[in-house]
Amino acid sequence: MSGQAPLVSFTSVTRSYGEGGGLVRALAGVDLDINRGEFIAIMGPSGSGKSTAMNIIGCLDRPTSGSFRFLGVEVNGLTQDQRALLRRNFIGFVFQGFNLLNRTTAIENVELPLIYRGMARHERRERAMEALHLVGLADRENHTPGELSGGQQQRVAIARAIVTDPLLLLADEPTGNLDTQRSQEIMELIARLNEERGITVVMVTHEPDMAAHAHRIIHFVDGRIASDQQKAAA
Amino acid sequence: MLWETVKLAMSSIRRNVLRSVLTLLGIVIGVGAVIAMVTLGNGASTKVQENLAKLGSNMLIVRPGQSTFGPGGTSDARAFDERDVAALKNNLTGIKGVAPTAQKQAKTVYGSLNYDTSVTGTNSDWFAVQDWTLADGRVFSDSEMRAGASVCVIGATITRELFGAQDPIGERLRIGNFSCEVIGHMAAKGQSAFGSDQDSIVVLPLRTYHRRIAGNTRVGTISISVIDANDISRVQRDAEDVLRERRRIVPGEEDDFTIRDLTQILATMASTTTILTGLLGAVAAVSLLVGGIGIMNIMLVSVTERTREIGIRLAIGALERQVLTQFLVEAVVLALFGGVLGIAIGLGLAAAGSAVMDVPFNADLRVIALAFAVSALIGVIFGYFPARRAARLDPIEALRRE
Repeated sequence: MSGQAPLVSFTSVTRSYGEGGGLVRALAGVDLDINRGEFIAIMGPSGSGKSTAMNIIGCLDRPTSGSFRFLGVEVNGLTQDQRALLRRNFIGFVFQGFNLLNRTTAIENVELPLIYRGMARHERRERAMEALHLVGLADRENHTPGELSGGQQQRVAIARAIVTDPLLLLADEPTGNLDTQRSQEIMELIARLNEERGITVVMVTHEPDMAAHAHRIIHFVDGRIASDQQKAAA
Repeated sequence: MLWETVKLAMSSIRRNVLRSVLTLLGIVIGVGAVIAMVTLGNGASTKVQENLAKLGSNMLIVRPGQSTFGPGGTSDARAFDERDVAALKNNLTGIKGVAPTAQKQAKTVYGSLNYDTSVTGTNSDWFAVQDWTLADGRVFSDSEMRAGASVCVIGATITRELFGAQDPIGERLRIGNFSCEVIGHMAAKGQSAFGSDQDSIVVLPLRTYHRRIAGNTRVGTISISVIDANDISRVQRDAEDVLRERRRIVPGEEDDFTIRDLTQILATMASTTTILTGLLGAVAAVSLLVGGIGIMNIMLVSVTERTREIGIRLAIGALERQVLTQFLVEAVVLALFGGVLGIAIGLGLAAAGSAVMDVPFNADLRVIALAFAVSALIGVIFGYFPARRAARLDPIEALRRE
């Protein structure tokens, strides 16, 4: 893993589902480099391949052909467990539907990735509290998701994603289920994490208002990158 | 990590208490049946052991006729008499004693009280052969035996029913129109292996019994007590030879008497219990299998219901092994829960059964530990397949599921 290598690197990546006549090409040859510290918004109509690209960046999925490297490592050759270790150590996920465990409290949800790391209980608790504090929910630690508003649930999800100090935060329509006010708050939080903690952020969104927070906007159309714009002022 | 997993498993069981309990019924019944049967079986065999001791160990019973085993000895075959007893006593070696018994039911009377009991004529060896201990007084002397004196030794039931708190020694007891002096009374022995009250007994010298009670000289059974248990079959053969000669049975002709080893009879009874236990064990095994399938079924349902949760766990970096462990632990906790419930119910049933059957209640810790271990094993075996299915889920597919 050389320091110069981009965090994430696609080379002629394709991804198809099904076979024969039912073959669907979700990605039809994508070249893309993402460097550390970037804040990227991925946009595009549904079916354009943006979710598939996100799954590949998140090491949840593998390309059908081409090369996908994470920290310079070819992910295509890794087992499911090896990819799980990459996710555990370097990637945090935030989903549109929050995806918290329902019957567990906020702090337990945030602790979950640390449990899988085998961290000792009191250290885990401490770091989870820190993360909750960072997202402004220090006083809601013992609430279950059902007792929290949508915005608060998404904050818990963000706390869970960053509790492991990831290099990369992947957000799949993080504001899709929230009103404008909450959406702005969540976007500000994500932008702050990118700015202050240097976490690379890749976010899928279809709202230009949200994408405006990013420094680089990539448009997907029909499984290809249609445009890749760097904003002048970072 | 393991503790977290156990806690997680508990909470998911709590979430569906009724479903969990119904699922576990098979295991509860299986484990409960095994525990109840083994515990009751232990109690029963302890009781058989005690009865063996009560009967007097290493005992051979000689009866006239080729009768099948049973208490009534009514047979056309020639009865024994006093000389047969003497011949056995003189010709056998390695024996503790030879005791004849002739027996009859009769009404015993003392003062205004009476009691129906069994009157036995025998010799002074009888007390040692049958393992009786005297509470007070003495047994018959040789001269009383020879003279057919009017003396008797009574069992604890007679002491209680006719004399109450009074000291029976020296009192005269009436049996029909014959009366005898009580010279001793025996300590209680309790029920026999066949359920009769052994303490309801009046013992007379054999000659006294023949002359005053029976009006004949027949001896119903002869008990031989062997000193060394390994000697029993030799003594049995020797006794057979002595009796064949005395009864002039020519070679090739069948015995017209039976010699039985009481230890053997009780061993047979005990093995019957063992067969019964084995049979119920098989039923329990089937029940455990059904229980295991129940657990597999419920775990598969659980994996399906929680697909999304599994997806989240995999996405945030759970290894296959960690997801597998989680569901395996859940299955094991579920099975153990059933096992513990089964153990409790089994012990309860055994306690009740012991009281009803009048056998001692002895719970075997090893059996309980084994039941516990078997429950856990069922959890592992039947939980493995669903757990593996959970661990192998594709995180993308799992997350997409609602």
